[in-house]
Amino acid sequence: MNIDYNADVIVVGAGPAGVSAALEVARDGRKVVLIERAKYPGSKNMYGGAVYTTALREIFKEDFNSIPYERVINSHTWSFLNDTGSFDITYKNSSATSALAIKRFDLEKWMIKVAKKQGVLFAPNTLVEKLILKEGRVVGVETEQEQYFAPIVILADGVNSLLARQIGLRADFKSKDMILSVKEAIKLDKKTIEERFNLKDDCSNGVNKQYFGSYFGNLKEYKNLFMMTFLYTFKDTIMLGVGANLEDLNKNKLNLNQILEEIKLHPDIAPLIKNGQTVEYSAHLIPETGYNKMPKLTSDGVIVTGDAAGFINSVHFEGTNFALISGKLAGESAICALEKNDFSNATLSIYRKKLEKTFILQDLYTYRNIIEKLYERSNSISIYYPKKIKELFEIIVSANCISKSSQIRKYAMSYFKDRKISELFKDIFSAIKCVIDVFFGK
Amino acid sequence: MGKEENKKSIDKKISTVKFECSQNSHLTVNQAKCAKCKQKPCLFICPANVYIQDEETKEIVVQYENCLECGACKIVCPKKTIDWNYPASSFGVVYKNS
Repeated sequence: MNIDYNADVIVVGAGPAGVSAALEVARDGRKVVLIERAKYPGSKNMYGGAVYTTALREIFKEDFNSIPYERVINSHTWSFLNDTGSFDITYKNSSATSALAIKRFDLEKWMIKVAKKQGVLFAPNTLVEKLILKEGRVVGVETEQEQYFAPIVILADGVNSLLARQIGLRADFKSKDMILSVKEAIKLDKKTIEERFNLKDDCSNGVNKQYFGSYFGNLKEYKNLFMMTFLYTFKDTIMLGVGANLEDLNKNKLNLNQILEEIKLHPDIAPLIKNGQTVEYSAHLIPETGYNKMPKLTSDGVIVTGDAAGFINSVHFEGTNFALISGKLAGESAICALEKNDFSNATLSIYRKKLEKTFILQDLYTYRNIIEKLYERSNSISIYYPKKIKELFEIIVSANCISKSSQIRKYAMSYFKDRKISELFKDIFSAIKCVIDVFFGK
Repeated sequence: MGKEENKKSIDKKISTVKFECSQNSHLTVNQAKCAKCKQKPCLFICPANVYIQDEETKEIVVQYENCLECGACKIVCPKKTIDWNYPASSFGVVYKNS
């Protein structure tokens, strides 16, 4: 094939996966062009609110110290919402620095600055419309203005990856494999946030809350919908958002903003955002294709990475670390192919082998059936057990002048009387199955 | 929050988002196929309320200027009639606080 290449590698998409891939290639002294459709990197991106420092340190090395974060996130609350309150578990570690609250606009801007310094050629404001194929091999990209050629193209073009779809690396998405998430950035003054969340004024600590349990407020008719609410404290902003399965939303004919608005009125959440001003609203999809529905990760001349490959762990709210490390491995694999001067799928498939040796495919494998199990039991997790937790605590705290023993017996028996007994056994078996999957995972 | 109230809520929130508006829509629907679609999930699922139905003509009106580029509409569309693309370079949503 006689092609005049413009670069060794083209990376499409300047999110964490793309920047990490481009950096890896540039550090090997090769010419890499990183193409981004947005004028400002990060301005098309949205997430919950925290990046993980282990992966960032590995990729950005000494430059990591200059990351412009807003707060260290080192207080984690898992809250089980019911209709009038919640049951919370909080873990705090004031010296932990493993997660940082940072806005994507700031994160990507910083990442690009580091990447450019290390030789990555950055082309913002450039939409790749399609991949160029020659003899079945990807040899470049076509933007609105021109064609760029490179022996390897790395697709880091995000959850909707139109380019992976173009060349048939993935099928059309099914709505049950997608979470839709909406979020509000709610502005308050810094001092108010610190008082409300009991934070120090030097941004060395911050809060992440994850709310389980479905709360529909006045939307009483909806009962079977699995949702997760999240909250992060930034310097002078609170990020509050909710994610729900797209198929569930569709079946219930529900708009996610309706749920978010109800959540904002929940007695546990309303006081936290009181008098706040919404300064931005955003929406994004989260892929839950996981291990079982993973796209084809490589083909001749092309590698897929990050969200485009569905690399996330939604149980643990991990995504940016999967993107950063998978991007790095995509970069390493591209270098391997350049060294061999062989850009075939056979050579690039080293990428999958590398992924299998890391937490990325190991965790994806471990959790391969867990999401499905959670959905199957969503009514139990979201509605039934939060209600039972409430009943138990009412016995413990209400001092209602009834003998404790009789109340506890009645409470225990209620697990067999509330619902069909089979539901209880299904919950138990699903829980055991999940524990076994995690324990004997990769 | 009811459906009408929700539309108002979304419109208010969309006003907080910065957009670079293009003259050309990056979303196209096929009105003939849409007319035959019974569910029309695009009308309720979109978190930005991009799709509305014209009361007189019953056609789907695409307010692409409000699109948050999430991609949900294309996935739930039963007839797969939404031609979903990214806005041209430099256009579309500009998140600064997300």
